[in-house]
Amino acid sequence: MSALAQPRKWEQYFWPLVAAAALLVLWNYSVVWTKTKVFPSPLAVERGIAELAHKGVIWAYIGDSLRRVVLGFCAAAVVGIPLGLTLGWYPRVNQVVNPTLQILRPISPIAWIPVAILMFGVGELTPVFLIFLSAVFPIVLSCVSGVANVPAIYRRAGRNFGLTAPQLLARVVFPAALPQILVGLRIALGIAWLVMVAAEMIAVDSGLGYLVIDSRNSGKRYDLVVAAMVTIGLIGLALDLGFRRLREFRSVRWGFRDGA
Amino acid sequence: MLPGTVMKQVETKLSAQHIFMTFTRDGKSTPVLNDVNFDVARGEFLCIVGPSGCGKSTLLSAIGGFLTPTGGEIRIDGEAVRGPDPRRIFVFQERGVFPWLTVEGNIGFGLFKLSKAERVSRVAHYIRMVGLVGFEKAYPAELSGGMKQRLEVARALAVNPDMLLLDEPFGALDSITRLIMRGELLRIWREERNTVIFVTHDIDEAVQLADRVAVMSGRPANIRKIVEIDIPHPRDISSPRYLELRNGILEQLGLAHQI
Repeated sequence: MSALAQPRKWEQYFWPLVAAAALLVLWNYSVVWTKTKVFPSPLAVERGIAELAHKGVIWAYIGDSLRRVVLGFCAAAVVGIPLGLTLGWYPRVNQVVNPTLQILRPISPIAWIPVAILMFGVGELTPVFLIFLSAVFPIVLSCVSGVANVPAIYRRAGRNFGLTAPQLLARVVFPAALPQILVGLRIALGIAWLVMVAAEMIAVDSGLGYLVIDSRNSGKRYDLVVAAMVTIGLIGLALDLGFRRLREFRSVRWGFRDGA
Repeated sequence: MLPGTVMKQVETKLSAQHIFMTFTRDGKSTPVLNDVNFDVARGEFLCIVGPSGCGKSTLLSAIGGFLTPTGGEIRIDGEAVRGPDPRRIFVFQERGVFPWLTVEGNIGFGLFKLSKAERVSRVAHYIRMVGLVGFEKAYPAELSGGMKQRLEVARALAVNPDMLLLDEPFGALDSITRLIMRGELLRIWREERNTVIFVTHDIDEAVQLADRVAVMSGRPANIRKIVEIDIPHPRDISSPRYLELRNGILEQLGLAHQI
């Protein structure tokens, strides 16, 4: 089968499932052959997930984690999109602000933990703030470059039809930059989900990140640690697939090549 | 009745007086337009031809108000051009249509000051005029190059401009589509009676379309000659007069009998 051939419908799902199954088999036999007493086998993890589901904690924890990620991510979008559009629209302002952004951007949200606790105390706001921090920079930067990459011909056409500056921003620049903004939002959501785990290991006592650290600390339940990890991975996948569907909207489809 | 006989009696729409344009980059200045003078009558179809890179598009951008000449003044209806204006719409090659809007959305783009009912009827009218019926909800990505070009022309016409500025609008189309589009443009122009300024590097295109053809020199450019095309539409492109005018323009450009 050549790399360019269109896979058949069943193959799109079949082969990825085979790859995942192969990993499970490898994992299982690694546990069996090394005779480890600590690391759980896939079956032990599956029992762990069942146990958590039975007690109901997993649903509550998933809900808590999702809520924090959604809050932090939405706050980042609400702050980041207008800020990014403004900076893209006024290159002079961007020149002034960009160096500061570039210094703040590489600081891992983990490094902010002490500062976040100082500012927001031990509670809900701290992980939400850390998630916000992780998501806001990719959103701002994708908006800046999205606006900067709007072809001059579109702006010119907009001005020709007598649009004022705010109208031009809303009716030409924003829709023209939207595909790139969506790419930034998707990256930001992925990072937010990553940072959620670390953020929940401190300051709160619920959520999937808390589940990871708590399962280890209280009784070295590595089956539950890995169960939480698997859950985090599966939900992350679902979030990403869900977000990708936004590209199907016809007003942004033009900005994405098929399959990219 | 010849279109030319009507032209003579109507007033000047545009007058360009001593237009100079110099671009400065990295401290080096390049003169592009060097004392350009011409008038355009209301309802006239003027083609501007010239060697590639001579400043035809620069001149058209200045007429559109996107560039300010470094010297001289362009007056439209007696009023100096100060910036872009919906009364004169610039049409690019088909790249100017908005890919995030449908055919309807693109044509209605400039009609935001009208009532909804008026907008809907205006959009429907121009969709019919440019032959895009059945494609109202289609996005530009689903259209061919010729259809996108017609869409851009329709978007321009919908705001009822009194001038259309076309910058090599058919340059990206294949030769058959280009011929069809020329016919369409003439039909639309006869219906709407806008003043049209059409920049092209294709001399045949100019002689087929224009009332007058302005021939520009190489850079820094001025207008070398304005040739009146006194052949009634539909034009016979093998008639002796057509060939005579065409060869005359080639000669002006210094290209006659070279190939």
